Amino acid sequence: MLSKSDVEHIAKLARLELSSEDKEKYQAQLDKVLDYVDQLKEVKTNGVATADGGTRDLHNIWRHDNNQGTINNKQGKELVNMAPDKENQQIKVKSVF
Amino acid sequence: MIRELHNKLINKEISAKELAEQYLDKIKESDLNAFITTTQEDALADAQNVDSQIAQGHELPILAGIPASIKDVIQTAGVRTTAGSKILDNYIAPYNATLVQRLKDAGLVLLGKNNCDEFAMGGSNENSAYGPVKNPHNKECVPGGSSGGSAASVADGLVVYSIGTDTGGSVRQPAALCGIVGFKPTYGAISRYGLIAMASSLDQAGILAKSVEDVKIVFDAIKGRDKMDSTSLNIPDSKFQIPDSNLKGIKIGVPKEYFIKGIDPEIESAVKDTIKQAEEAGAKIVEVSLPHTKYALAVYYIIMPAEVSANLARYDGIRYGQSEPAKNLFKTYTQTRAQHLGDEVKRRIMLGTYTLSAGYYDAYYKKAQQVRTLIKQDFEKVFKEADLLITPTTPNPAWKIGEKIDDPLTMYLEDIFTVPVNVASLPAMSIPAGKTKNGLPIGAQLIGPWNSEENLFTVGEILEKEINF
Repeated sequence: MLSKSDVEHIAKLARLELSSEDKEKYQAQLDKVLDYVDQLKEVKTNGVATADGGTRDLHNIWRHDNNQGTINNKQGKELVNMAPDKENQQIKVKSVF
Repeated sequence: MIRELHNKLINKEISAKELAEQYLDKIKESDLNAFITTTQEDALADAQNVDSQIAQGHELPILAGIPASIKDVIQTAGVRTTAGSKILDNYIAPYNATLVQRLKDAGLVLLGKNNCDEFAMGGSNENSAYGPVKNPHNKECVPGGSSGGSAASVADGLVVYSIGTDTGGSVRQPAALCGIVGFKPTYGAISRYGLIAMASSLDQAGILAKSVEDVKIVFDAIKGRDKMDSTSLNIPDSKFQIPDSNLKGIKIGVPKEYFIKGIDPEIESAVKDTIKQAEEAGAKIVEVSLPHTKYALAVYYIIMPAEVSANLARYDGIRYGQSEPAKNLFKTYTQTRAQHLGDEVKRRIMLGTYTLSAGYYDAYYKKAQQVRTLIKQDFEKVFKEADLLITPTTPNPAWKIGEKIDDPLTMYLEDIFTVPVNVASLPAMSIPAGKTKNGLPIGAQLIGPWNSEENLFTVGEILEKEINF
């Protein structure tokens, strides 16, 4: 069972501000889903390898870490223009600390 | 349908511009809410471009001038791309997804961006920030989701085909509920570059159209390796020979775990009829078992939210999308996300954050990835006994808008037959298999081994003739 403080802790980690109504609602709904996924406990998985994603039979392909030319200057400007707050083609952010 | 329209275009029976105008008029008259953005001006300009190619006698790609739409989680350069979310309400995609670029190179006439559940999270299209989509077969019912706008617009003839995405069934399930063909290829067969990410190890683009041939034509135009997606791959040509357009020599598996208590009896009997038709067409039917399949949904509801919580961390109000100015950086994050992300999205972010948090990783994520291996192994075994599988696509036909919205788990259970395919990275296709007494469509799902899309198309086309949908 999730406690209210669990829900508050998760919301903080997830960077979500929740109203007290939200907290109650999510507490009940998340409990129900966690209860459902708990059925996996009955599966024996000793020694079973973890699946490592969607791919099969692919291997690493290495390349030099240089500019591949995939984003041109115009697209670069458009990307910065998407930012809510910017100055001189740079994205403005409030201080982190 | 695509081939017919292509012939009309090259024989100058209709111009691409006239064709685009006909479809745009239908979209204007439609009350299904299937589009978030329409792109009339671009569509007409692209259609005129196709017409001038025809006038100059150039050889025309088969998709050139064919009116289409794209789910709004796929980036289209210069066009608003919202992912069905308020947080991207003002977002103009700066580049094209690879699949969009490939369609453009083939003469795409894009009529608009389809409504969908927010960030592709949902099975009813009710999670869109732009309102629910209506099912063209009964406007009080949901079209399915998350590619609900795509399915409704193909089913109602607003476009010829649409590109959707399928993370747990989001192409096949709405296709089933709207009575059309919905196809999800092997993971990696279509580049994910430019798809707004939901759960990266499960996400795959798919195609919705009215016939298997149309799906195949579109797939051929967009499939294959792309250097921008390191998980993309080339699908080998078919080795599967089907003589004389029948199913002689083909073994079709029917997994007993897919005909469980709780499935709608009309769906069960319609899919059993489809199996009978396959048998009459010459196929050998074998009962098979996928013992771990009953755990697939639980695996999915651990892995998917975990990946969602990581992928959606990028919506922080700093680089793009909506932002709520606040007194410090932390508050900017929490308030932006609180105000502009929807309920279901928050729920999944919370769930994933919890299962990945310190102390819970082994019990949830690691355990789920181990069971995922067992699910894949089940399919490997079964495909030694059968060439492909037939199952129902969904346990229920379309339900009333609002009926399941307050109970997320009940809604999640609607994905029970489609999710195992994504968990195991397999290709699968939903084809129409009749209707209920109330006139709601039913879908049958064909599942093939990895990279067997050509076989699915071949068998799908034969069944299409038998069922006559």
